[in-house]
Amino acid sequence: MATDTGGPLWLLAELTYACPLQCPYCSNPLDFAAQGKELSTDEWKTVLRDARAMGALQLGFSGGEPLLRRDLEALVAEARRLGYYTNLITSGVGMDETRVAALKDAGLDHIQISFQASEAQLNDFIAGTAAFEHKLAMARAVKAHGYPMVLNAVLHRHNIDSIGDILDMALELQADYIELANTQYYGWAWHNRAELLPSREQLQNAQAVAEDYQRRAAAMKIYFVVPDYYSNRPKPCMQGWGRVFLTVAPDGTALPCQAARQLPGLQFPNVRDQSVRAIWKDSGAFNHFRGYAWMKSPCRNCPERERDFGGCRCQAYLLTGDAANADPVCDKSPEHGRILETVARAQGPRTPVREVPFVFRNTRNSKALCSR
Amino acid sequence: MPDSRRNIRLADGYRLQWEEAQQADVLLFPEGMVQLSSSAAAVLKQCGGNSAEEIVQALQAEFPDADLRDDVLEFIDEALTKGWIRGD
Ligand code: SF4
Ligand code: SF4
Repeated sequence: MATDTGGPLWLLAELTYACPLQCPYCSNPLDFAAQGKELSTDEWKTVLRDARAMGALQLGFSGGEPLLRRDLEALVAEARRLGYYTNLITSGVGMDETRVAALKDAGLDHIQISFQASEAQLNDFIAGTAAFEHKLAMARAVKAHGYPMVLNAVLHRHNIDSIGDILDMALELQADYIELANTQYYGWAWHNRAELLPSREQLQNAQAVAEDYQRRAAAMKIYFVVPDYYSNRPKPCMQGWGRVFLTVAPDGTALPCQAARQLPGLQFPNVRDQSVRAIWKDSGAFNHFRGYAWMKSPCRNCPERERDFGGCRCQAYLLTGDAANADPVCDKSPEHGRILETVARAQGPRTPVREVPFVFRNTRNSKALCSR
Repeated sequence: MPDSRRNIRLADGYRLQWEEAQQADVLLFPEGMVQLSSSAAAVLKQCGGNSAEEIVQALQAEFPDADLRDDVLEFIDEALTKGWIRGD
């Protein structure tokens, strides 16, 4: 059954699952090493054209590490020609000044560079490779080439206490924006969640620091994304399933959200087999959680359902075993206790970061996990 | 009193574009967008290095029947605060 809906406004093009980094909170699926062949340049161009024809306007190139695709410049040029606003979401590894300039010539609008911490030791430990100095150099190059400088740092138990240092680093680099995003628990982050979730005290301190900088550093926009485990209402995930966001994974699988791949019982369509329009309008997977008819109690009769759409389907699945349940972050959910248990466990003392049994996101671990 | 702000232009990374699908001008920026009213779009289209006074004059010439000055200057303030445009 097709639901009447507008087209997607955002397209996230995950160009590759390959990545030189190994962040233990990566949002890629645990079994990324087992996924199919990457789309070709021409296949991507068709996706870009079709989504644009439906009104998509914001385009994120991400991954993995999108710089590993040698056709990135060609795809950016095509996207810009089509009228997209083009965002590159990168670790900065694999970048050099020549490429920063070539991407600018191709029409790239914005580069977001992610940092793992404010200093080399922790950054490189989390990233699993020595990348920090190079990231600093690339952040400066981005600015020098006339892009807005947008930095991103994923916050967790082991770096959230140095939020002030991260903000000082951003100020020193003259960043225009910094996004301090608390880890979202899907993919690798879910697997490592016990070692990533900060304590309530850590979170409150960090939030106070962020607010203080927001008052003082007016030239830099600071976004602080609160972890929803510490909230009693879920986020309006993806602004509703199949409403605004379209993700296309490296192998062409179309997803309403980048974490959705893990949900059982849904057949996600592939852009190799169907047009973007047919996928968006008619596919079972995109219609499955559209609107409100699929909802169970307590969401079904809840006056807040139009605000949060019942929260995140992936979180509902991971924590309750049924993706159609209310997101257990909600305190109206009968399973909210599971969030409270996880939060309670996070209040203990912090293990020194080097002793943490992180499962790093790399091909070896991915293969080991999916052969289980 | 004349407004002294000069060289008003869209901030780095901001783009203004007509969107056929929305039948409106949109302002695009890193990871975000806003649909613009036609009056907001008319002002932003003049932000290519003009002074505030030049922007007022240009719009006044385009819409001679209305007294636009206060509204235009107010919108420029707002857009500067939001970081959409920059000026010297
Ligand atoms: S989160 Fe880390 S490992 Fe995952 S794609 Fe991004 S940089 Fe690579
Ligand atoms: S019950 Fe469902 S719809 Fe209501 S606030 Fe909670 S998650 Fe949202």
